[in-house]
Amino acid sequence: MKIFFAFVVKEFRHVWRDKRSLMILLGLPIIMMLIFGFAISSEVKDSKILVIDHAKDNQSRMLIDRFNQSEYFTVFAISTDEKIIPDYFEKGSVRLALIIPSGFRTDMEKEGSQLRLIADATDPNSANIATSYASAVIRDFQIQFFENAAAFMNINIETRMLYNPQLKSSFNFVPGVMTLIMMLLGTMMTAVAIVKEKEMGTIEILLVSPMKPILVIISKAVPYLVICFVDVLLILFMAYMVLDMPMRGSLPLLLLESLLFIITTLSFGLLISTLVSSQQMAMFISLVGFLMPALVFSGFMFPIENMPLPLQVISNVVPTKWYFLILKTIMVKGLGFEYIIKPTIILAVMTIIFILLTLRNFKVRLM
Amino acid sequence: MSAIHIENLVKSYEKGKVKALKSISLDIEEGELFGLIGPDGSGKTTLFRILTTLILPDSGNATLMGLDVVEDFWEIRKIVGYMPGRFSLYQDLSIEENLNFFATVFNTTVAENYHLIEDIYVQIEPFKKRRAGKLSGGMKQKLALCCALIHEPKVLLLDEPTTGVDPVSRKEFWDMLGRLKEKGITVVVSTPYMDEASRCDRIALMQDGQIMEMDSLKNILQKHPQHLYAVRSKDMHRLLFDLRNFEGMKSAFAFGDEHHAVLGKGSDDPNQLFDFLQLKGHEQLAIRPISPEIEDVFIQLMQAQES
Repeated sequence: MKIFFAFVVKEFRHVWRDKRSLMILLGLPIIMMLIFGFAISSEVKDSKILVIDHAKDNQSRMLIDRFNQSEYFTVFAISTDEKIIPDYFEKGSVRLALIIPSGFRTDMEKEGSQLRLIADATDPNSANIATSYASAVIRDFQIQFFENAAAFMNINIETRMLYNPQLKSSFNFVPGVMTLIMMLLGTMMTAVAIVKEKEMGTIEILLVSPMKPILVIISKAVPYLVICFVDVLLILFMAYMVLDMPMRGSLPLLLLESLLFIITTLSFGLLISTLVSSQQMAMFISLVGFLMPALVFSGFMFPIENMPLPLQVISNVVPTKWYFLILKTIMVKGLGFEYIIKPTIILAVMTIIFILLTLRNFKVRLM
Repeated sequence: MSAIHIENLVKSYEKGKVKALKSISLDIEEGELFGLIGPDGSGKTTLFRILTTLILPDSGNATLMGLDVVEDFWEIRKIVGYMPGRFSLYQDLSIEENLNFFATVFNTTVAENYHLIEDIYVQIEPFKKRRAGKLSGGMKQKLALCCALIHEPKVLLLDEPTTGVDPVSRKEFWDMLGRLKEKGITVVVSTPYMDEASRCDRIALMQDGQIMEMDSLKNILQKHPQHLYAVRSKDMHRLLFDLRNFEGMKSAFAFGDEHHAVLGKGSDDPNQLFDFLQLKGHEQLAIRPISPEIEDVFIQLMQAQES
């Protein structure tokens, strides 16, 4: 126990004295959160819209006002000439164009009118979101109009966006970024830490000591466990304070699950360290070999249900997928432990497998 | 019982392509200060790594204090003190922190075995807060020795501890090893410096994975008498060339600012050599008989092995 304690203290000194790594460990989460929070946002806000108004009546003006009032859109220009549309899109001054036909009002009162929306789909995601927001604005307008006119509608579609009615992207990216940061730091930092002992030759002295391998491994991982946990708290704090992320479920449960995931990533990092002999190699494997699948298969950026079946199967062995699921379930849906039993068990089993493999691979000799 | 017993030890790397040890056998007595002397690549580090249980031999066996390096490796790790050839302490920890850490790893405390390291540690104590990476070469080695000694090992294995250390620190280092020997610790030191042989009880001359000769320095020198002459002239470069052309010359090589010439039996008349060289036009020629040193013997043995 004393040996273990001395080793942990030593390890903390390493981390503390390596200011560059420390900056990465604690600075990266903050920077990532800020970047994702403010720069990379898939939300549509004050999106510029071009209106081609052929009707030019009261009704069309009311519709345009509606768009202007909405926080999602700003009317950039109103015209009657459809020919100018390509020009606006090419310059990139608008992302969306709304075309109101002539006789808008009369058509609407009779058999119904045809509005056209044209979107710049170079970014399909935001095009999708912009058109659906625009549709929502039009639908609101329609409902109001028919109420005033005391008319009736045959079918009334009412869409409710559960858990995230405002479609805030932070609901998705906070759990996503959290998952990625934990995976990256936990895996890379521990892998590098052990390989460093090999590179510096200190492993030679450690091996020629009565210290058992399991003790070396565990004490190597403990400081990073603490740091990663601090990172979780840091991310949650930032998400709550700066990005209005809700915390609907139980915080202790979330922290416990995070602890489990950190241990999963740490043990994976330890496993990598037993397989490589240089810090570059450790970094390369954890970054290139693992961060990519962790990103792709987490479901954070690309929905897993849309992937071909073989990829869906592969996604099951990627730990990030399960942690991402756990985070969303707790934070956004506010559900309890009974809903995340399956991912929790899967992460626990993965951890055990990683640790067993690490112990099997950890050499008690140099070669 | 001998402290270290090695029998027909063989080790090769890269699937047998590189033969690091070619059947080495040797015995080192308890309390002996033993020197492994040989150039880089002669197999010294491989031998140390097998003895410290860091690598497995291909064949043959070795025991430390009766413990087998393959079977009883956990036991050996408790009683051996090892200083690798490359400085292998934590560069970002201070002298004090390194020492305390290794004491704890070996289940002891600095206070408990302070008597063992005292006369070494007092020399580096003024710098105890300094990080190991910022120490001079000599201080690094003193610290490494302290760390290797802190758990009171029965056998101390030091792989080239004086390489890259200034002459004053080297002398101090060997003085310390002498004192450790007096405390009954078996010490095995490897070194590429031939002049350090005189500090050892016995030495083994290693070359190309083999032990060429093993005995005390005095005995080795007696066993290999040579007709050795130190020769110098104005043109040292041409002199070496001419020396080698002299009939009856066994070998000639540069040695410091002189050339050492070994004459064969029957042609050991320095006057003949003098005349020969004068005929070649050498000026300021001087030849004096000298008694061979370990380096001369080493070169002789090496040449015998090659031919």
